[in-house]
Amino acid sequence: MKDNLIEYCLRLADTSLILGQRLGEWCGHGPILEEDIALTNISLDCIGQARGFYAYAALLENSARTEDDYAYLRDEREFKNFLIVEQANGDFGQTIMRQFLVSAFQYYFYDALKNSKDKTIAALAEKSLKEVAYHLRHSSSWVIRLGDGTEESRQKMLNATDELWPYTGDMFDMDETEMELVKQSVAVDVRKIKRLWDEKVKEVFDEATLPVPENVFMMSGSREGKHTEYLGFILAEMQSLHRAYPGVQW
Amino acid sequence: MGKDTQWPLWEVFTQKKQGAPHEHAGSVHAADAEMALQNARDVYSRRNEAISLWVVPTEAIVGSTPEDVGSFFDPANDKIYRHPNFYKTPEGVKL
Repeated sequence: MKDNLIEYCLRLADTSLILGQRLGEWCGHGPILEEDIALTNISLDCIGQARGFYAYAALLENSARTEDDYAYLRDEREFKNFLIVEQANGDFGQTIMRQFLVSAFQYYFYDALKNSKDKTIAALAEKSLKEVAYHLRHSSSWVIRLGDGTEESRQKMLNATDELWPYTGDMFDMDETEMELVKQSVAVDVRKIKRLWDEKVKEVFDEATLPVPENVFMMSGSREGKHTEYLGFILAEMQSLHRAYPGVQW
Repeated sequence: MGKDTQWPLWEVFTQKKQGAPHEHAGSVHAADAEMALQNARDVYSRRNEAISLWVVPTEAIVGSTPEDVGSFFDPANDKIYRHPNFYKTPEGVKL
């Protein structure tokens, strides 16, 4: 049970960490100053969430491993982040579409997770929920403005949807590890929140005059550490300094 | 002069704690009110500066000009009978 709990924490932390890393790539490159700050703020929130779950995993594992070890010294196959967060940033429309799809998931996920029987997990979920509520509000606002914007912005949002939709199914996969934790009332059965996510996406897409895709083949495999071609490059960049100078301190 | 392609400018006022006045914190560019509010939140409340935000389109603010200073503000200063200095404060009352 404890191994499953550690694995669960690492999964949640990995998703937040990789999303935070991707958003960090926008630093200094935002379309306007305010959005540069908004995206990097979200990135810092994500990294904060990742740290919370890594720290708890380290506590449970009770070995010499720290948050840094999980983040910087694990290889691609050990990372269990959702496939969608490792996708390319693309243009601003694609980044914000990805944010909307992920934040809508995380909103309902953390809202359910705050009822976990594990007090630490529940507290982390409660704190993360507040942050994600804002991420969802911010990204929804942009999806609506860009979708129901000019011909150009709408086309870009359609392209972004096409690009990202095949990775949305991966968020709702359940495996034995998580099912066992659900039985203990520690984890969330994500299949149960799919309906809420579908409704939110439809609500925002309708207002954005964007069609919700149907019958799209879904990519999967993140729970087994099977990733798209992007994760390797993300980790290479993120881990390079730590691996080049082991034990480095600021 | 070239056409300004920036979004409209909004002035941001933040309230530090309950009951305190909203104070001018700076400005943001935004296309509409909701975006202005979010941008203000992102730019001016990163480090616990606020529990409340107001955003106002800059063009809605009417201000006095330097030329007004003389006629607006000077006459008040040298009329001491306009200032509340000639009554006794009751005992125990702290100003």
